[in-house]
Amino acid sequence: MQLTSKASIKKKLKVATCTLLTATAVNASDVQSVEVKETPKKSFFGKALETVSEKLKKWEFDVGLLFYKEPERVQAVEPAIQARREFGDEKFLTLKLVVDTLTGASHNGASPSSKVQTFTTPSGSATYTANANEAPLDSTFKDTRIALSTSWEQPLARNWKGSVGASASNEYDYFSSGINGSIAKDLNQKNTTISLGLGVFYDTIKPVGDIPTPLATMVSPGVTQPRGESSDTKTIIDTVLGMTQVINRRTLMQFNYSLSASSGYLTDPYKVISVIDATNGATLGDASSFIYEKRPESRTKHSLYWLTKHHLSGDTIDFSYRYMWDDWEIKSHTFDLRYRWRFSKQKRYLEPRVRYYSQTEAEFYKTSIRSTTSTPEFLSADYRLGDMDAITLGLKYGQDLDNGHSWSLRLEYYLQTGNALPDGGAIGSQVGVDLYPDVDAVIAQAIYSF
Amino acid sequence: MKRGLKLFCILFFLILGGCQSLGVKPWERDLLAKKDMQIVNEPLEAAFEDHTYFSKEASSGGRSFGGGGCGCN
Repeated sequence: MQLTSKASIKKKLKVATCTLLTATAVNASDVQSVEVKETPKKSFFGKALETVSEKLKKWEFDVGLLFYKEPERVQAVEPAIQARREFGDEKFLTLKLVVDTLTGASHNGASPSSKVQTFTTPSGSATYTANANEAPLDSTFKDTRIALSTSWEQPLARNWKGSVGASASNEYDYFSSGINGSIAKDLNQKNTTISLGLGVFYDTIKPVGDIPTPLATMVSPGVTQPRGESSDTKTIIDTVLGMTQVINRRTLMQFNYSLSASSGYLTDPYKVISVIDATNGATLGDASSFIYEKRPESRTKHSLYWLTKHHLSGDTIDFSYRYMWDDWEIKSHTFDLRYRWRFSKQKRYLEPRVRYYSQTEAEFYKTSIRSTTSTPEFLSADYRLGDMDAITLGLKYGQDLDNGHSWSLRLEYYLQTGNALPDGGAIGSQVGVDLYPDVDAVIAQAIYSF
Repeated sequence: MKRGLKLFCILFFLILGGCQSLGVKPWERDLLAKKDMQIVNEPLEAAFEDHTYFSKEASSGGRSFGGGGCGCN
């Protein structure tokens, strides 16, 4: 019985092989004859197009578009493309281009007031106003950022991998350039990978209207503006020590420790702080009520990051937690949970997501200062350095196509709620005014991979 | 700061030691090899996200470099 069965399988295999070979031969001759027929007809452009498309086949592309909109405030439209090619033996080249167009208004740091407030624009040549009880927004803000980055990765030795990369981004008032490198070693039958990465970035800021003198009082247009140099720089050194661990067939984890040291001009030249009347809580309403912010010239950040990915019969859970602390006294917690639910023979998915972020304020953060208080050494009212919580709720839909391409759409809502109060509490006309208005945004993203 | 770093180092090596008993055989990597199970399964999305939150919050980095900046408002 067994013999017959084996013989029968053998026979079937032979027939199958012969059929396949014949089919291949026929196909090959077809192709040859077609090629012979078509070759003389091909134009120069046809050939060039064929060569280009052959070369492009070796590349994998991701093209994407991000749309970010805060009602009444900033709006960003960000197209991006990433190309990646394998050069054999697990050597990869990656190139990325991002263009970021920003329009709209940005909170300048000053407190909402019971009066209409008038500010001098960063250029020092005009004014803009904020209505009573509204967060003062600088609507002169507009920029386009172009960012380019590239990286090369390859095995270095058995179980060792390395990568090097470079990046540059340019916008009207800012230029950033960086280089980075990392090495990784696989251990325990590739179940454990430890890695070390180093990145060095050098940024130059050239603000509109030159750099404001730190803590100087704003003056009206038409008089000499309190300004210093036209540009300044900062250096950032990032180190990431990481470990990826396969827990079992369905679960893997990643642990990272990052150390980031920044030094140089870390102040935001466009941000100011309100000086309020110590008795009635009001500002004078004109430029003399505001001073330019000043931050320390160095910052050291640490973060611990833990990622878990778990596979559940087709679906995937992705959970991460990050704890960050720095020498500006900011501490933050970030929780991010995504569930990718696969359906339609696992070719489509829906991915709900919730992200929660909470941070404490920088030691020099103040919503405003009273006119009777002596000005501290460092001061900022930038809401991003304040005590706040933020939540992101999102849904993503994705589809894998039969030709190997895939696409996805993501729609999210982001809400930031500030918890800051002035030192000693709100006084006079500050009472009852929302001194730290919520920031919310709609985020939409589309990505096509081929 | 130093205490945190020390604690992390101790934890790191404890986990590394403990990890020798974890993991799978090479032929059990079918699920881990899926795109959904990659650490970063959508690189463009990761880049968009990092940039968005870098511009709106005081923290950045963690999963990779915090990076250089932008004059983000």
